[in-house]
Amino acid sequence: MPFMLDRLRKVAMRLLQAVPTVFGILVVCFLLTRALPGDPAAYFAGDMADAESIERLRQEMGLDQPLPVQFLTYLKDLAGGDLGMAVSTGQPVMAELASRLPASLELTLGALLLSFVIAVPLGVLAATRPNTWVDHLCRFLVTAGVSLPTFFTGLVLMYIFYYLLGWAPAPMGRLDMMYLPPDPVTGFLTIDAAIAGEWEVLGAALAQLALPLITLALFTLAPIARMTRAAMLQTLGSDFVRTARAAGLSGRRVLVTYAFRNALLPVVTTLGMVFSFVLGANVLVEKVFAWPGIGSFAVEALVVSDYAAVQGFVLSMALLFVALNLLIDVTYTLIDPRVGEEA
Amino acid sequence: MDRRHFLKGAASLGLGASLLPYLKVLPASAASNETAVVVIGGTINSLDIHRSGTNRDSYQVAINCYDRLVSFGTKEMPDGSLSYDFDNVQPELAESWEISDDGTVMTFTIREGATFWDGKPVTAYDVKWSLDRAVSLGGFPTVQMKAGRLESPDQFEAVDDRTFRITLPFPSKLALPDLATPIPIVINSEVAKANATDDDPWATEYLHRNPAGSGAYKVARWDSGQQLVYERNDDWIGGEVPGYQRVIVREVPSQSTRRALIERGNVSASHNIPNKDARELADKPGVKVVSTPIENCIYSLCTNLDFEPFKDKRVRQAVAWSIPYQKIFEQAAYEQGVPMWGGSDTVDEISWPQKSPYEENIEKARALMAEAGYEDGFEVPLSFNLSHADWAEPAALQIQRGLEKIGIRASIEKIPGANWRTIALVDKKLPLHLENFGGWLNTPDYYFFWAYIKGNLFNSYNYDNPEMAKLVDDTLDMAMDHPDYEPNVRRMIELAFDDIPRIPLWQPTLNVAFNDKVEGYEYWFHRQMDIRALEPA
Amino acid sequence: MTSMSTPASPKLEGPTRTSYWQHLRHVASENPVTGVAFGLFALFIGMAVFGPWLVPFDPLETDVGPALQAPSGAHWFGTDQSGRDVFSRVVVATRLDLLISVSAVAISFVLGSIMGSFAGYFGGWTDRITGRVVDTIMAFPLFVLAMGIVAAAGNTVENIVYATAIINLPFYARMARAEVSIRRNAGFVQAARLSGNSELRVLFGHIFPNTLPPMMVQISLNMGWAILNAAGLSFIGLGVQPPTPEWGIMVAEGANFIVSGEWWLVMFPGLMLMLAVFTFNLIGDGLRDLVDPQRRT
Repeated sequence: MPFMLDRLRKVAMRLLQAVPTVFGILVVCFLLTRALPGDPAAYFAGDMADAESIERLRQEMGLDQPLPVQFLTYLKDLAGGDLGMAVSTGQPVMAELASRLPASLELTLGALLLSFVIAVPLGVLAATRPNTWVDHLCRFLVTAGVSLPTFFTGLVLMYIFYYLLGWAPAPMGRLDMMYLPPDPVTGFLTIDAAIAGEWEVLGAALAQLALPLITLALFTLAPIARMTRAAMLQTLGSDFVRTARAAGLSGRRVLVTYAFRNALLPVVTTLGMVFSFVLGANVLVEKVFAWPGIGSFAVEALVVSDYAAVQGFVLSMALLFVALNLLIDVTYTLIDPRVGEEA
Repeated sequence: MDRRHFLKGAASLGLGASLLPYLKVLPASAASNETAVVVIGGTINSLDIHRSGTNRDSYQVAINCYDRLVSFGTKEMPDGSLSYDFDNVQPELAESWEISDDGTVMTFTIREGATFWDGKPVTAYDVKWSLDRAVSLGGFPTVQMKAGRLESPDQFEAVDDRTFRITLPFPSKLALPDLATPIPIVINSEVAKANATDDDPWATEYLHRNPAGSGAYKVARWDSGQQLVYERNDDWIGGEVPGYQRVIVREVPSQSTRRALIERGNVSASHNIPNKDARELADKPGVKVVSTPIENCIYSLCTNLDFEPFKDKRVRQAVAWSIPYQKIFEQAAYEQGVPMWGGSDTVDEISWPQKSPYEENIEKARALMAEAGYEDGFEVPLSFNLSHADWAEPAALQIQRGLEKIGIRASIEKIPGANWRTIALVDKKLPLHLENFGGWLNTPDYYFFWAYIKGNLFNSYNYDNPEMAKLVDDTLDMAMDHPDYEPNVRRMIELAFDDIPRIPLWQPTLNVAFNDKVEGYEYWFHRQMDIRALEPA
Repeated sequence: MTSMSTPASPKLEGPTRTSYWQHLRHVASENPVTGVAFGLFALFIGMAVFGPWLVPFDPLETDVGPALQAPSGAHWFGTDQSGRDVFSRVVVATRLDLLISVSAVAISFVLGSIMGSFAGYFGGWTDRITGRVVDTIMAFPLFVLAMGIVAAAGNTVENIVYATAIINLPFYARMARAEVSIRRNAGFVQAARLSGNSELRVLFGHIFPNTLPPMMVQISLNMGWAILNAAGLSFIGLGVQPPTPEWGIMVAEGANFIVSGEWWLVMFPGLMLMLAVFTFNLIGDGLRDLVDPQRRT
C-alpha cells in the first residue's frame, strides 16, 4: 500500500518538524517565566515568613540554582513525565492539566463547532449574493461579533440571561451542584453523560455550557464566515465552476459539489489559527463563568509567577496545537478533491 | 438510581457522609436546612495550613476541620452582629488550663472523650506532635508560633495522655491567644506518622490532601480550583454542634458573578465582598450584609524614609495634611469602615486603631512643605497592589489630586501581587504606597511590632526610631494590666502620629453577604469564614 | 486536474492606475457599509487628533460631578466611581488606543513582511529558520503569550505595543512568504531580473508591492485585534496604568459595575471600542475593494 506508507511518512515528517518548534517553545517559555518579576519563593512562603524560611523554600523549589542548571533539571524531569508542582494550586501540574484540559477543550471545540455551523452557511450565503443587502448584513453581523471583548460579551450575556431573566443556570462552573458528574471517560461532561445515558445530566451540562459557548462562538464567527465568503467567491469565479455551469449542471450541484468543497480547504486551514485564537479568548471567558479550565489556571499562575504551572500550561498548549495542525493536514487531504485522482 | 432524587433519598435513609461519594444538592437547597453554599473569590490550594505555599483562603480548613487547645469567646458588636472576643479565651480541645505564678508554665488538660474522626482519642502526644510540627516546618506557621514565644519543640511536653505542658522562656501575654490562632491545630499524629516518609517526616504530602483532625467538619470532597465540600462531624465535642450538615465552598473568581449569585439567591453566602457591593446589597430583599471593622487593621498611605524628601518629618506631615480623607472614604470605602482621621491633637486613650490628628488642610500642608524647603514639590510614584485595586485605585486617584495641590506630582503604579511582596515588603523600596496590614493578635503593641520596627515585614517604609523600638520591646510581652502598659502604648501612638511614616486612611471592614435564611455568622480576626457557627434561620 | 487554480491564488497584476479618489467614491457608493466605515474612520482620526480640545472636562479630573451618576445633560455618558466624566475619558482615550494599535500593527507589519519576504524569496535556510520562529510564536496561545510578555516586562504602553506586535508577527510573515514565493518566478519578476535589477530590488521593488492588497486586509483586521488585545490585558490587570483613559481598561473596570446597574461605565467605552474594531474590519474590506478591483466582480 504505497498510499498508506506515503501518508505515514508524511505524518512522521510532520511530527519531526514539530520537534524544533516544541523545543523552541520550551526555551522561550522557560526564559519568559524566569523573566517574570517578583520572587516566587517570597510569595509562596506566605505573608509573614522570615528570610530564613524564604531561603528554605527557594532551595526546595530549586530556584537557588543557576539558570542553565534549572533548565537542565526541568528537561530531565520533563523526560520523566514530571511537570513539577503548581504551587499556587498545590497540585502536580500534570494532575491539574488532566482535570482542566477537558473542560477547556469542551468549551473551545464546542464553540468552534457552533461557530462553524453558523458561520459557514452565512459565508456561503454572502458569497452567492455578493454586494447585496444579504452580504452586507452578514458582514455586519459577524464583524459586530468579533468587535467586542469576550469578557464584555460574557458578562452582558450573563447579566441578561442569568441575572435578569433567570433562563441560564448559575454561572458556577461545568455542572450545577444538583447533579452528579458522570463517570469520566473522555473528560467531556457532555459526551460522558451521553455515554452513560444520563440525559438529564447532559442537559444540565449543556445548560452550563450555553452562555460561555455562545460568547466564544460570537467571537469566532467572523474569521470563519469571512474566509468562507472569500474562498467561495474565488471558487465561484474560477474557470472550473464556469465550465461546470456552462456544461449545464444545476446551480445547486455546482455550488455544493464543486465550489463548496474547494472553498472548504482554506476554511479548514484557518481553523488552526482560529483555534489558537479561541484558546486565548478562553482565558477571559473562563474567568467570567468560573469555568475550571486551563486558561483561568494559566492566568492565575502567571500572575503569581508560578513557574511550573505556566510552563506546563504552555507546553501542553503547544503540543495540542501541533496535534491540531496535524489533524488539519490530514483533514485537508481528506476533503481535497484532488487527492482521489492523485492516488 | 434516579439521580435527580439521589440526595432526597440519601437524606431520608440517613446515609452517613462516608456513603456520599459525590454530592448532589437541589438548587433551592442553597437555602435549605442541611446544606449551605458559600462562594469565595480566591482558591483553596492546600488542606494543610503548615505547608509552605498554603494561601490565605486555605486557612479555613484549619479553622473548620481542626481543633486547637483553646479558642476565643463571642461578643456582640454595637450593630448587633457577632464577633470573636480577643479578651475571652475559651476551651476547645483543652477543658481547662493552669498558668504558673511566674507565668512561664502553662498546663492544659485535654477534654475527656475527645476523639479524632477515625475514633482515636485525642491525647497530649498528638498535641505535642502537632505543635512540634508547627515550630519545625518553617515559614509562616513558625513565625506565627514565635509571636506567642513558642519557638522550639523543647517547650512542649506531654505529661500523660491528657496533660500537656508548655514552658515559656519568659511570661508573655501573647502566648495564650497565639494558641487560639489557626496555626497550632491538633493533628491525628498516628495517621500522620503512618503516612510520613524519611524525606517528609511531618507528612506534609499526605496532610496536604487528607486532613486528619478532630474538628467540627470533615472534608468530603476537594476539587482543586473548583470547590471544597465540608461534611459535619457529628461526634464533635469542641463546641456546639454546627447548624449545617454540609457546607460547599465554591470558588467563583469573577466578582460580578459572585454578586449575581448572592442576589439571585443561588448561594447562602458570599465571603469578603467589595465595599460597594456591601453598601448596595444591604438594601436588596433576601440578602443581608454583615460588615465588621477589621480589628488591628488600617488602610494606610506609607511614606518611605529612604526616599529623600520623606526623610524630613515635615514633608510626611504635609502629605498627611493634604489627603482628601472624606472623599476617599466615600469613593474607595463606600463609607464601610471607620474613619481614621480628624482625631484630637493629644492621644487620650490607647484603643487601637484610633483617629490620627490629621485632616484635609491644604494651607497647613503647604506651609510645612515650604518650611521643609520643598515649595516646588517633587515627583514620586504612588504604588499599590493590583489585588487591592478595588479600594486602592480610587484612593490613589484622590491622593494624587491632594498631593498635586501641594506640588507633589505623583504617578500611579499598579504592581501585580507576586511582585508586591518582594518590592514593597521585602525590599522595601516603594517611595509612596498604599498598605493594608492588620495584626492577628489584637493588641496595639503587636501592631507596632510588625509595622514600626526596623526590618520587620510590614514596616515597608524603613521607619527607624530607637525610642519606638525600646517601647515595643518593653511592652510586647507585658501584661495589659501592668502599670507601664498604658503609658508605653500611649507614647507609641504619639510617636506614630508625630513621625507619621504610615498615614492612616480608614479602618476597613470585612463584608460578608448572606442569604437571609442563614444565621449565626461570627467575625474572626483571621478573616476566614468559620462555618461552624452558621445555622439555618 | 492539478492545473486547477487554488483558492488562494493571487492576482498577479499590480493595482490599476486610475484615480484612487474617484475609485473611493465609486466603492463607497457601491458598498454603503464601506462608505460608513470610511466616514467612521475619519471621525476616529478627528477624535484622536483634536480629542483633548473637544471634551467638556479634563478626563483625569476627579469629582467634576457626583460619582456614579447616570448619563445626563451635564455628563452625556455619566460619571465613574471617582466622579470623572466618562464622555471626556472616552473621547480622549481615542488617541492612545489608535496609537497602540497603529504602532503595534506597524511594527509587526514591517518586521513580519521583511522576514516573510526573505523566506519566500530566498527559501532554504532563511525560510526554515523563519518558519521555526513563526511556528514557535504561533504555538503559544497568542493572548497568553502577550500576557506573559507584558507580565515579564512590566505593564507600560510600550510593552503592550511590543507584545501585541510580537503576537501578530506570524500572520504577516506567513502571508508575505506565501505571496512572495508564488510570485518568485512569475513572468514580470523574471523580466525585472533580466533587465539587471538586483535581487533585493526585485524583491522589494517588484514583488513586494504586489503583496500589499492582501496585507491591507490583514492590517485592518489586526488593528481591531490590537485594541481588543489591550482590552483583554486590562481585564486581567495588565493594561495601562491608571488614571490614563483607555477603552480597554474602562471596559474592564466598568464590567464590574454591570451587575450593580451602572451600565454606562461599560457601555460607552465598550461601544466605542466595538465601533473602532468594527471600522477597522470594514475598512479592510473596503481597502481590498479599492486596491484590488478584480474582487469587486
